[in-house]
Amino acid sequence: MNKFLLPLGIFIVLVAFLAIGLNLNPREVPSPLIGKPAPAFTLPQLHQPEATFAPKDLQGRVWLLNVWASWCVSCRQEHPILVDLAKRNIVPIYGLNYKDPREDALRWLKQFGDPYVLSIADVEGRVGIDYGVYGVPETYVIDKAGVIRFKQIGPVTQDVLEKTILPLIRELQK
Amino acid sequence: MTARLFLLFCLLSAVLGPLHAREAAPNAEDVVVEKRMVAISEELRCLVCQNESLAGSQADLAKDLRREIREQIQSGRSDQEILDFMVDRYGDFVRYRPPLKGATLLLWFGPFLLLAAGLAGLLMFLRRRARRVAEATLSAEEQKKAEELLKLGEGGNGP
Repeated sequence: MNKFLLPLGIFIVLVAFLAIGLNLNPREVPSPLIGKPAPAFTLPQLHQPEATFAPKDLQGRVWLLNVWASWCVSCRQEHPILVDLAKRNIVPIYGLNYKDPREDALRWLKQFGDPYVLSIADVEGRVGIDYGVYGVPETYVIDKAGVIRFKQIGPVTQDVLEKTILPLIRELQK
Repeated sequence: MTARLFLLFCLLSAVLGPLHAREAAPNAEDVVVEKRMVAISEELRCLVCQNESLAGSQADLAKDLRREIREQIQSGRSDQEILDFMVDRYGDFVRYRPPLKGATLLLWFGPFLLLAAGLAGLLMFLRRRARRVAEATLSAEEQKKAEELLKLGEGGNGP
């Protein structure tokens, strides 16, 4: 009886490690940008290319930066949630249109609705690199001081929105 | 007929082959930049397809990042500065050889810990066995029986 106790113990520890490992999402790499100031940039707006946008324009406000593209399939999945959030007037959502031809992006917004205060066109994906974007869609919560407080990799789900993002925003807006 | 066509094909490719072979002729400086770019990007993980290096990946992001590395080399940045640029944005995870620090201690030394535990286990097992063998002495009666059995083996048909 005693002979089997040790192998059984090792086996249980191994199973526990595997169970934890298999339930982690390997696509979610913790961002080193959390707690750091949102990288500065100045880019043309999607609807009015002659006007520009820079994150420092929003100093003193809590806002969401949502990276999206018309070629991105999971963006469609999260889009209704963003449209709905925009209607609730809790937090302004700004879109970073990532590596997308302008016409495609505009058509996409027309088709699925436009939850963004405005979108910024990052045609070459350089701002995306500065923000460590590697899997569109990604959503950043940026606080009044312009610091990134949270990053959602992949589509925003209703669950993440209600349980993580909105409570954080309420906290930051105080 | 087929032979003639084949001959024509050979002649044509002999003439046309070198024409499009000339397409990509990088100059000397580009070769140096390209070599450094490949060396750096082989140290980096592509985050889109995580088991490919940045050098080998055909993902869009990997192409953009290779362009970024190439531009930074051309603007005179050192390899270390470029690696830091990547780590600042994507974290230690992008490096195939993450730096040695608190959070990565287990990653670097975990295998040696397992090895040490295995060796300790083996040593314990061997010692216990050696003790058991030393303790296993035969009684006088058992000794006699064993000798009889051995004799039986010699006298019999043998092995």
